Amino acid sequence: MITRVWSYAAAALLVSAIASPVAFAQDTPRGNTANGKKLFETIGCFECHGYAGQGGNAGPKLIDPPAYPAFIVQLRTPRNVMPPFTAKVLSDQQAADIYAYISTFPKPPDPKAIPLLQN
Amino acid sequence: MARTPDIKRRQFLAGAAAAGPIIGLASTTKVVAAETPARAVPAKPQTAGDFNPPQEAQKLVTSGRVGGDFMVDCLKSLNVDYVASTPGSTFRGLQESIINYGMNSKPEFITTIHEEASVAMAHGYAKIAGKPMATMVHGVVGLQHSSMAIYNCFCDQAPAIIMAGNVGNGTQRRPGVEWAHSAHDQGIIVRDYVKWDDQANNLQDFAEGLVRAYDLATTTPMGPVMVVIDADQQEEELEPGRKLFIPKLHQRTQPVADPGALAEAAKLLVAAENPVIVSGRYTRTENGPKHLVQLAEVLQAPVVDERNRMNMPSRHPLNHTERGAAMVRQADVVLALEPMDLYGTLNNVDDLIGRPAKPKIRPGTKVIVIGTTDLNIKPNMGEYERYQAADVGIAGDAENSLPWLIQAIEKEMTPARKSVAMARGEKLKAAGAKFLQAADEQAALGWDASPISTARMSAEVWNQIKNEDWTMASEVGFLSNWPYRLWSMEKHYHTMGGSTGGGVGYNAPAALGAALANKEHGRITVAMNGDGDLMMSPGVLWTAAHHKIPILYIVHNNRAWHQEYMHVQRMAERNQRGIDRAWIGTTIKDPNIDFATLAKSMGVYSQGPIDHPADVGPAIQRAIGVVKRGEPALIDVVSQPR
Repeated sequence: MITRVWSYAAAALLVSAIASPVAFAQDTPRGNTANGKKLFETIGCFECHGYAGQGGNAGPKLIDPPAYPAFIVQLRTPRNVMPPFTAKVLSDQQAADIYAYISTFPKPPDPKAIPLLQN
Repeated sequence: MARTPDIKRRQFLAGAAAAGPIIGLASTTKVVAAETPARAVPAKPQTAGDFNPPQEAQKLVTSGRVGGDFMVDCLKSLNVDYVASTPGSTFRGLQESIINYGMNSKPEFITTIHEEASVAMAHGYAKIAGKPMATMVHGVVGLQHSSMAIYNCFCDQAPAIIMAGNVGNGTQRRPGVEWAHSAHDQGIIVRDYVKWDDQANNLQDFAEGLVRAYDLATTTPMGPVMVVIDADQQEEELEPGRKLFIPKLHQRTQPVADPGALAEAAKLLVAAENPVIVSGRYTRTENGPKHLVQLAEVLQAPVVDERNRMNMPSRHPLNHTERGAAMVRQADVVLALEPMDLYGTLNNVDDLIGRPAKPKIRPGTKVIVIGTTDLNIKPNMGEYERYQAADVGIAGDAENSLPWLIQAIEKEMTPARKSVAMARGEKLKAAGAKFLQAADEQAALGWDASPISTARMSAEVWNQIKNEDWTMASEVGFLSNWPYRLWSMEKHYHTMGGSTGGGVGYNAPAALGAALANKEHGRITVAMNGDGDLMMSPGVLWTAAHHKIPILYIVHNNRAWHQEYMHVQRMAERNQRGIDRAWIGTTIKDPNIDFATLAKSMGVYSQGPIDHPADVGPAIQRAIGVVKRGEPALIDVVSQPR
C-alpha cells in the first residue's frame, strides 16, 4: 500500500531550483491572501509543504519564499518530482493568491531560544 | 444436569447402532452424530432400559496427558515465552493445554482481537527480544486474517512461529463450519511468504517439525514459519508408555562471509578515496551498532543508514544519513550491509511519466554487498526488488561477518592509507557537526503551528524520555523522520525499523509486541502511530490494557492516509483536472475519529484530541507516568501531514 516516499533529496533540489539571488519584487502581482489560503489548503500545497509552510521529507519549506518569477516557473514547470500546476487548473491570479498567502508565513523562532531543541 | 449431554450422546450411539452397519464403522460420537438423522434419537428416555450403558461405552473424559500437553512441552523446550492468539476452535485443545497443563506461563496466552495483530505483535517482539514468539491462528480463516502480517514479517526478515489449527481428518470433522475451517494444505495460503511450513501427520512429526521451523526461522535470513496444529493430535489422549521425544534445537551459528571475499573487499575499501557504508537490515544484536561504529572508524568512512534496524548511533560524527544522497554520489566504493533494496540504494526511479531511472552512483564506482537477503526469495511477490549487480557479492550475515572484515581492513591498512583515512575523517566530522544545527533550524519552522508539527511532537516526546530507558517502536518516515534527527539513538533496541512489506496496520501491534518484549526490562516503549494504521487494528489497545503492557501511543493524527492523498493529488495534477478533489477516499474526516474516547472504551488511559502545541508536553508527561506504572496510554495529537 505504501509506495516510495518522495525523497528529501528531491526536496533539496526543489529548494535550489526555486531559490534565486535576484529580487523580482516589482514583478510580483497583487494576490488575495484569503483566497490563497483557501487554495493552499485545498489543491494540495499543504500536503508536501505543511499547513505552516514548514516543509518536511515530502517537500521543502515555503516560509520566506523565493521571488515570484522563480516561484511561478517552479509551479508551472517543476524541475523535479513536484507535480505541475498548469494554467489549465490554476490561473495566474490564483497562483498570485497562493504566493501572497505563503508570503505571510511567520518567520520561525530562533532555535537557540527553544529549550526543547537544546537536548 | 451436567450428565444430560452424556446421556444424549449414549442415546445417539444407541440409535446409531440400530440404524445400520455403516454407523457401526464410526468410532466417535462426532461422526455418528453427523450421519445419524434425528429420527434415530428418542426425544427423551422412554424406559429404564434406555439408561443402561451401551455395549461400547463412549469415552467421555481423558485420564492422562493429551497431545496438546506434548505440544506445550515442545514450545517450552524452545523457550517460547508468549503465544498471541484470537481464539479459534481448531486449536481449542492446545489452548486448553497452554492455560491448564502449562499453567499459562512460558508460554503465556496473549489475547488479541485479530489474527493480523497476533502476528504483527510477534513481528515487533522478535526485533526487540531477539527471539521469536508464537501465534495461534484459526484454521483457514484465521490464517487468512493473519496473512498480511506474515507478509510483513517475511519482507522484514523477522522470525515468528505461526501455528494454524486444522481438523485434518475429514471423517473426524463436524459438519458445517469445521469443514470450512480445515484444509488439505493450509500452507498454500501463505507459502509465498513464509520461510517454511509443515503439516504434521502425528505428534512426533509435529515435534520435529516445530523444532525445525524454529531453527529455520532464527537462522539468517530469518523469517516467519508456519506449522499446522492438527485438532485430533491436540486432543488425542496419550496412552501410558507412548514414546515421544522432542529433538534438541541446534545451537546454530549465523553464516559468516568467506574470508577470501572479505579480504578482497578490504583491499577495495582501504584503497578507496571516498568509501561509503550503507546499512540496511543489518543489526540483530547489541553487537550491531558497536561493530558498525568500529568499521566506520577504522575506515573513517561515512555511514548512510537506511534505518531498517537500529544500526548507526544517530549522533555519531560519521553518521551522514542526513546527506546520504550526496555521499553515495561521490563514493568510489560503496559497501552495502544487508541492503533491503540494493537497486534502490544505487538508483533513482522518479515518480514521473515514464518512470525515468538514473543511477545515484558515478560510473566506475565499485559496489560491495554483504548479506543474506537474496538467500531466501520466493518467486511470486516482488519484495526481492530489482536485480542489482555488485562487484563483490558476499553471502553471509553482515553482523556476524563484520569483525572479520574489520580485521581484514586493519591488516590491509598502511600508514599512508591511514593518514588518508584520518584526513577524510576530519572533514566528515566537521560536516557532521552541522547536522544537529540544521535539524534544529528546520524543527523551529512551524514550531507553534496548529495542527502540530511533527518536529514539535517528536521534540516533546524526546524531552520526556531522554533520561529513561526506551524504545521508539514505530516507523517514522511519515513524521519526516524527526525522531532520527532530534533524538540521540545509540542502543540496539532504541529503534527497530518498519514493516518493510508496507502493509498498513503494522505499527500499532508491532509496537505492542516490542513493548511486550520490553516489559521485563522496564523499558518505556513509544509508538508514534499514524491514525490510518491504528484504525486497521484498534483492538490492540484492548490487548494492551488487558495484559497491562506498558506502552505510550502518540497518535500522529493527520486525519488522512496521507501518502495516498499525495498520490491521488499527483494524478489529478498530471491529468490537469479536479485538483481540489484528491481528498475523496483518502481522508479520515467527517466525522473526525476521537482516539481518546476509543482508547478509553478499551480501558486505556488517554488524552486528546490535542491541537495546541503547548498542551503536548504536559500531556506526554502525564502519560509517561501511567506507562511507568506498567499500563498503556494514548495521546491523540492533531498533527501536520508530515
